[in-house]
Amino acid sequence: MASRFLLIVTAMAFMAVFLLLPLISVFAEALSAGLGAYASAIVDPNVQSAIWLTLIIAAITVPANLIFGVCASWCIARFKFWGRDLLITLIDLPFSISPVVAGLLEVLLFGLNGLLGNWLSDHNIQIIFALPGMVLATIFVTFPFVAREVIPLAQEQGNDEEEAAVTLGASGLQIFWRVSLPKLRWGLFYGVLLCNARAMGEFGAVSVVSGKVFGETDTLSLAVESLYGSYEIQAAFAVASLLAMLALVTLVLKAVLEWLHRDELNAVKRKRTA
Amino acid sequence: MSTEITISHVSRGFNGHIVLDDVNLTVREGELLALLGPSGSGKTTLLRLIAGLDQPDSGSIAIGQDDATSRHPKERGVGFVFQHYALFRHMTVFENIAFPLRIRKARKAEIKAKVEELLKLIQLETLAGRYPAQLSGGQRQRVALARALASQPRVLLLDEPFGALDAVVRRDLRRWLRHLHEEMHITTLFVTHDQEEAFDLADRVVIMKDGKICQEGTPIDIYRGPANPFVHEFLGESNHLPAHVAGGVVLADAGFPLGSAALPDGPVQAYIRPHHVVPVPAAQGAWSIVRIAATGAQARISLTRGGTTLEAAMTADELLEAGLHAGGAVEVMFTGGTIFGPDGAGPVRLNTQALAHKLKAG
Repeated sequence: MASRFLLIVTAMAFMAVFLLLPLISVFAEALSAGLGAYASAIVDPNVQSAIWLTLIIAAITVPANLIFGVCASWCIARFKFWGRDLLITLIDLPFSISPVVAGLLEVLLFGLNGLLGNWLSDHNIQIIFALPGMVLATIFVTFPFVAREVIPLAQEQGNDEEEAAVTLGASGLQIFWRVSLPKLRWGLFYGVLLCNARAMGEFGAVSVVSGKVFGETDTLSLAVESLYGSYEIQAAFAVASLLAMLALVTLVLKAVLEWLHRDELNAVKRKRTA
Repeated sequence: MSTEITISHVSRGFNGHIVLDDVNLTVREGELLALLGPSGSGKTTLLRLIAGLDQPDSGSIAIGQDDATSRHPKERGVGFVFQHYALFRHMTVFENIAFPLRIRKARKAEIKAKVEELLKLIQLETLAGRYPAQLSGGQRQRVALARALASQPRVLLLDEPFGALDAVVRRDLRRWLRHLHEEMHITTLFVTHDQEEAFDLADRVVIMKDGKICQEGTPIDIYRGPANPFVHEFLGESNHLPAHVAGGVVLADAGFPLGSAALPDGPVQAYIRPHHVVPVPAAQGAWSIVRIAATGAQARISLTRGGTTLEAAMTADELLEAGLHAGGAVEVMFTGGTIFGPDGAGPVRLNTQALAHKLKAG
């Protein structure tokens, strides 16, 4: 009894010190100069532009990785082909590379002195220090999130349900929309949540390829750093609180969806352990 | 419209390994046919070829009048029940059964009526809102069947329909399926490795081995006249005795007579079912009882003589009447058997009457 109590207290204390306290302090610092100062930090045009840029990057990155994740899991689970194992290994690459290195790779490829630099500048396409570069860097870093979540699920579930659908008269497209995609939907949902959180919070890779022009190529994470660097502590925390709120909204969204579909989820879980 | 399935010269190999070898088979309209064979005999592959889930290397498959060989599965009018049911895990029972209707864009009221009718048929009206994972094996099986029937197939294919169920559920479901077939008369082909299941359920049985059909016929015909030693052994336990014929008498190589058979002199293989082996108590008997195992209504008796062993079977009542006990000496009477020639030729019935008379008289 005593040891159980001790374990619970330890876990709780750990959570409080490392998760809850920092979260509270972010909001405390952000509101330290009052609501007015908080609001003015947020409505600052540069911060507004950072919010938009962050949303745009996520809005491109998440669907891109969603489509890739579905395609990869579809072909890895259904077919045996040359290069299959290589593909599975490559998907993990972004996990094992430092985001800063990922950013540098982009510069080496697309930068002015990079491999494709001449061709790009000849055609007046700017990738590095502009939105395309930031999107590419974010896609690279968040690449595995959806695929890693969905591929094992697709492999475990196998091909039986698709075959059953064929014999029941479904066409390829009907099978995809009515069977293959829905049976993976929880994996996709978790993958998208993780991917989105990372896409909005990404710092390292984006910081290398962004020109860090405040108000132009600044995302929320980059804005926090530049504000903090210029001793605008309260403003930095106000922007940081936006990112923190994003995380909280994500968590609540996940909990609500899980609660709404608890029957189905329980059924699926039971099947997995059975 | 005819719903006969005609399989002509169908072969299929995987990676150089032949799974089906020139198979010819007709499933008659409205019959319930069992494909019986050990695992690896190609029976499931044949089923998948009929459904169009796989393509034959050569040969053709026709359903009714039309050649289905190159048809897409969805145009074949085949209902398939998978061994592990393959229910859609993200759909409720209702939605699973409604699936084939929804993809045909049936009207809502029509779907509801049809699904409710099928739910009634499988006696699961109350579980329409459950997910497959919340059902027992037998219930899943029935949902899979209802889903296959919802597409109004011309023929029904079942892959090991009772394979994953426990004994009691299996028996009940078997009766239920037989009953259903008698009501609907849909041409049905099912795959099983269980001899009892095949014989109990099917109008006709087809026995497969190594991608070939060994024998087809009604259960009683196959049981009485197995075409070769494999079929004989596959249909239930039997005592295999190497023997030879001399002047019309069949003698076991171990040195005792089995009966007579109209065969030329030479070596043969005798197969005798345990219930055709009758131990008779005899003080000077050459056989001794090693063990008696009474398993409910049936009793099994293991006998030995020199290096030769025999398994006998009788009802528990007969055992009691015969007064047999382990260690006792007995004589053995044979009341039936099947003789195959040295290269599997035959079969020839073992005639045991003359010998039995002689034994009784002596």
